[in-house]
Amino acid sequence: MSQQSDDHPHVFPEGRKPGEILFVTISMLIAVGLLISIPWQTTWLPGKGLAAQPRFWPSLSLGGVVLFGLMNGLTRVRVTRTPGRWQEAATWLRSLEFIGWYMLYVAAIPVIGYLAATLVFCGGLALRVGYRGKTVWIAIAFGLFVVLFFKTAMNVKIPSGAIYEYAPEPFRYFLMRYF
Amino acid sequence: MDSFLSGLELLLRFDVIAALLIGSIGGVLVGAMPGVGAAVAIAIVLPVTFSLEPIVGLTALLGIYGSSMFGGAIPAILVNTPGTPVNALTTYDGYPMTKRGEARRALSLAYSASFYGAIFSIVSLMLLAPVLAKVAPMFGAREIFLAALLGIVLVIVTHRGQVLPAAILACLGIFLQTIGIESTAYTQRFTFGQPWLQSGVDLIVVVLGLFAISQALVLLMGKDKPIDLPKVEKIGFFTQMRELWVYKRLATVASSFGVICGMIPGVGEFMSQFMSYSFAQRTSKTPELFGKGNPEGIVASEAANNSVPAAAMIPLLALGIPGEELTAMMLAVFYVHNVIPGPRLFAEQMDFIYALYINLFLLNVIVVAFLFFATRSLMKVMLIPNRFLGIMILTFSLVGVYTLRNSLTDVAIASAFGFFGFILKRLDLPTSPIILGIVLGKLMEDRLRTAMARVREPWDFIDRPIAFVLFLMIVLAIAGQVWTVVKARRAKRTGAANG
Repeated sequence: MSQQSDDHPHVFPEGRKPGEILFVTISMLIAVGLLISIPWQTTWLPGKGLAAQPRFWPSLSLGGVVLFGLMNGLTRVRVTRTPGRWQEAATWLRSLEFIGWYMLYVAAIPVIGYLAATLVFCGGLALRVGYRGKTVWIAIAFGLFVVLFFKTAMNVKIPSGAIYEYAPEPFRYFLMRYF
Repeated sequence: MDSFLSGLELLLRFDVIAALLIGSIGGVLVGAMPGVGAAVAIAIVLPVTFSLEPIVGLTALLGIYGSSMFGGAIPAILVNTPGTPVNALTTYDGYPMTKRGEARRALSLAYSASFYGAIFSIVSLMLLAPVLAKVAPMFGAREIFLAALLGIVLVIVTHRGQVLPAAILACLGIFLQTIGIESTAYTQRFTFGQPWLQSGVDLIVVVLGLFAISQALVLLMGKDKPIDLPKVEKIGFFTQMRELWVYKRLATVASSFGVICGMIPGVGEFMSQFMSYSFAQRTSKTPELFGKGNPEGIVASEAANNSVPAAAMIPLLALGIPGEELTAMMLAVFYVHNVIPGPRLFAEQMDFIYALYINLFLLNVIVVAFLFFATRSLMKVMLIPNRFLGIMILTFSLVGVYTLRNSLTDVAIASAFGFFGFILKRLDLPTSPIILGIVLGKLMEDRLRTAMARVREPWDFIDRPIAFVLFLMIVLAIAGQVWTVVKARRAKRTGAANG
């Protein structure tokens, strides 16, 4: 495997990255599973040509995934591996925490409103990744800017929070429309 | 001339001018932030543009597309980190020049070469436009199918060292577009009885996941790197152009590579800059200085990559075939507004085409003027910590994915693709073949079905001149790839035998 100097960023990767075969194996299992399910998940229309069959393109593409996947697997297993497969898999799984934050953020919008959800998300995530003090406030200010720009000024389609129903009459519409 | 004037008239509106300014300056800003780039920015902005008129939305997206590479050269030269992936070659000679105390000269060359490349490309294409308007209607269903297939083949074979993964991912993209109820016999494909899968996988949701959310995860899971910004003196516009004049021949050849590579679907910036960089090295009087701070290296890579955007609009507008992921995203804007790019658009709405090219010209002028005044202030965006950028991208991406249909399912699908894209990025695997697979797969399925209705014998498929040439190009691209593999194996065996 070639060693590149720090001054030259790496453009075309060489060698086998940690976790590559693990990823290829999981992907191949899913692809083979989908390929096997073709008879149940697609239809063959009698009397129609091959190009007009609803089954043609899923079969061709999944066949391609499996064929090229096998060829790739066979060529890659011969390349010297970099150790650290399970640490890499752990890194993949750790990233799911941020997906969880994101999903929670989206789920909170119809309940507490876009403004509150965005401020909590930006501030909370800044704290979570290790920022303290001024940076957390900058993150919250950034969240406020996003809400003011997209919801208040550009009126993008984001549902208002159920919590706004409890606001006093004169403010209710204002909160629903702008925040 | 009438079309040109009508095109100009289309642009003389407040909203178009505002979109042009926001898009071009925004593009430079995102380009200058390593870890963001045009693909992430376009993915986020794309759903917002759906509520705008096509010319306004496309102006904003073109602004980001055309100007991000200008911005991407700044961190590439100053801190050895390309702002966008296509600025990677600029680091080879740009950063060594900065280390020698020539940051100002390196930036000047990058800006002027980029500007030259872009203008060269726009002028060439404006001259070519009438010819293209005549050629485009000659493309029937089979020619468009073959051109899309050529795009897929080229996007695979141009991923040097990653041809098989690119092929797998392109096939995955083609498969993804088949999910849902198909449009002719209305049968279900891979819906597993789930109603939310019946409408298929939305391109925008996939794009946001693969480009924006995955990049946010990469940044959030990484560490903030301290950046030491070098001092840069004020840059003068005329100094920029005077310096480039010395390398005018190289800039012209590099721009020509960009135009040619941009016009061929699936090739794009990477191939053009590698071709022009190796040309520059081969023809240079000082080839030994390449990679050590040779100004010719900067001119070659920047002129080549900035001449691609205008050229890449050709297959998109004339045939409805996007050559890369950014133009594939732009195609979505056309479809949302029921404007179908293809031979008819090119033949009947020439004013719209000219308006887009005038836009590209104006955005380049705006960007160069902006950089001339603001490079030193712009450098500060590089100081934004990586994890903070991750928070910003995740917050912005919500606007993109949630405003589509206010659907939690869309967000979940985008997050799943974000996770998948994160793994691909960790493994240094490309994401663009998936997007091109989705877009070109749909096109191929539709066009093949139409074309086969009129084909009796297999040879009928390529009995027209354009179809035959396209078929020949596909065969040559595949044969070239097979030959490269055989040659590499032989060289390896010979090397092993010689000890």
